[in-house]
Amino acid sequence: MIIQSNIGSFGYIKKDNTCKTDIIDAYQFVNIIEDVFLRSHIKFYEMMKIKRNKDLLLKLHKTMLRIRLAEESLVEPIQQGIVKTPAHLYTGEEAIAAGVCANLTKKDYIFGNHRSHGHYLAKGGSLKKMIAEIFCKETGCSKGRGGSMHLIDPENGVLGIVPIVAGTISLALGASLASKIRKDNRVTVSFFGDGATGEGVLYEAMNFAALRKLPIIFACENNLYSTHLPIKEIRVNPNISETAIPFGIKSYQIDGNDVLITSNTAKEAVDYCRNGEGPVFIEFLTYRLRGHVGPDDNIQGTHTDIRPKEEIEFWQSKDPTHQIEKYLLEEKISSIEELELVYNQLNSEIAEAIKFAKESNFPNPKEVLKYVYK
Amino acid sequence: MSTNNRKLSYSLAINEALKQLMEIDDSVFVLGQGVKSPWYVGNTCKDLIKLYGEERVIDTPISENAMTGAAVGAALAGMKPVIMHPRGDFALYAFDPIINQAANWHYMNGGSSSVPVVIWLVVNRGGEQGAQHSQALHSLFAHIPGLKVIAPSNAYDVKGMLISAINDPNPVVFIDDRWLYNNECNVPTEMYEIPIGMALVKQEGKDVTVVSSSYLMLETIKAAEELEKIGISSELIDLRTIKPLDKDIIINSVKKTGRLVIVDGSWKTNSISSEISAIVNEEAFGSLKSPVVRINLPNCPAPAARTLEAEYYITKDKIFSEIKNIFKH
Repeated sequence: MIIQSNIGSFGYIKKDNTCKTDIIDAYQFVNIIEDVFLRSHIKFYEMMKIKRNKDLLLKLHKTMLRIRLAEESLVEPIQQGIVKTPAHLYTGEEAIAAGVCANLTKKDYIFGNHRSHGHYLAKGGSLKKMIAEIFCKETGCSKGRGGSMHLIDPENGVLGIVPIVAGTISLALGASLASKIRKDNRVTVSFFGDGATGEGVLYEAMNFAALRKLPIIFACENNLYSTHLPIKEIRVNPNISETAIPFGIKSYQIDGNDVLITSNTAKEAVDYCRNGEGPVFIEFLTYRLRGHVGPDDNIQGTHTDIRPKEEIEFWQSKDPTHQIEKYLLEEKISSIEELELVYNQLNSEIAEAIKFAKESNFPNPKEVLKYVYK
Repeated sequence: MSTNNRKLSYSLAINEALKQLMEIDDSVFVLGQGVKSPWYVGNTCKDLIKLYGEERVIDTPISENAMTGAAVGAALAGMKPVIMHPRGDFALYAFDPIINQAANWHYMNGGSSSVPVVIWLVVNRGGEQGAQHSQALHSLFAHIPGLKVIAPSNAYDVKGMLISAINDPNPVVFIDDRWLYNNECNVPTEMYEIPIGMALVKQEGKDVTVVSSSYLMLETIKAAEELEKIGISSELIDLRTIKPLDKDIIINSVKKTGRLVIVDGSWKTNSISSEISAIVNEEAFGSLKSPVVRINLPNCPAPAARTLEAEYYITKDKIFSEIKNIFKH
């Protein structure tokens, strides 16, 4: 069953309900996170004066669920050893890609990172080509030369997805510089994680973007872990969004698990950029529900993570796909039957993509030298 | 091609290539530290801002990593950027965008997009500047699949090759040497391209093949003149492109002369001279009448003191004596 309505009243994280004092130390900056969520939601409810856009809500839901189901469809092939490429699953962070990309046009640019299946799909990348690439097949978007961590779809504005942490921030900067020179009114989004805040290039890029008022959104998906390392072990100030302020960049710190909030904030940010008031920095507080890499199911002490069970449960209660489903139901935008129909349609589409990937050929070993130069 | 006899310096030939391309192609732009400052870049960027404005001629903060990455990203978005590093050493901050990103891009994305960027590193050695203002890194970049590396030796070549580099759909590392900047030769006024990947037999000879490039080509030519006087006829090959290497022209020449000397301004270990020597051993071993001779920098960082600099850098005299020695045996 897809509907798991185990969270509290929509939007509010109730401290006394979800944060028991005996586990507070196990949480990553739990007080800050709850404050941010509260502020995000208050702001959102102010913004609810905006007309409710049913089509947008359904689109957001569908995009998120499509990402979730696509990611989860990889678990079995990974466990069977069919998929060997390191796949960093986006499960739990879907509200960010969906919310941001819903506000972009096909011509706008995005750049991603090692955990970017979600960005690729949300921006309009081909599901079939992505799954085939994860299977390292010739029919993949990178012809089996890239694997999970090198996805691309220039026609849909997915200009680059690579795993060097912070490696695409400067590339996104350059794409936005190109837009500024050409006056083509595009916006570029650079998706990176909290781990990327340890790389100097982020600060170089923010400085230059501010200097030239470039139409770029620095989208920091703060999932609280830099691979295995909790955020409190990589920085003194947990508030990443504040790092943009000295550069004179407008910045937000918001609940990254609520797609209504991510979408609304992204809309504001995109509008700023289109009006020549960029850059913008958005810190999305979120959590990956699987391990750093592969299908690690977060059983404490195994695989890539050692994360407190209570912390994981807290975030499971904030599952973004559940939140949007609950919202659609409570607001009577969708019925359970309608949601199940979407679920079934997406599952068929994904099953077809998996089949396509499995049946496709691996690259020909005789073509190992192909593509070194254009 | 024009046969006019206009003399132009190496640095102004660079300037002319940039101006002519920027004039006809809006996607070409230049960014780098000091494009406003002759102290940094000589007259290579003369009048560019006046002609094309600060939107397309960008003097940047000292942020080599982000600025080089920005050039790569702009290339991915359809531009043809030239990112200039007036002291090539500082470009080492930008290994990620150059190597991880630009060099790998076309391959790792299965040919879906390429990176038409020129990464321009100026070698600014001598004058007691020491280790971090002196490094010639062409061999290092030549190790990397996906990069092209050019090092033209004269004004005519640099204009044609820079135009080719900017129009090339692949990332090109363009390494020049400030010691060449005042060197003049005949340069046509119109635009022309010299293909990347083609070396040139600069002078035909019968006794020894001497491969050289960039500034050292000038020293090699002078040494060859001296050698001629003592009866040694040198066939001079100007590499022009370090990668992809024009190995056929070298092999054919070695087959004719039977001897090979490589004059290379990088450190000896794992340098382009090692590569050329290996290729000749693999493909023309039977033609060699004597062992290959490599004239490189000693395997130490560039020193500052003038006494050490004099020992460190390669001169025409050193080339002369090394080649002369071959014929003693």
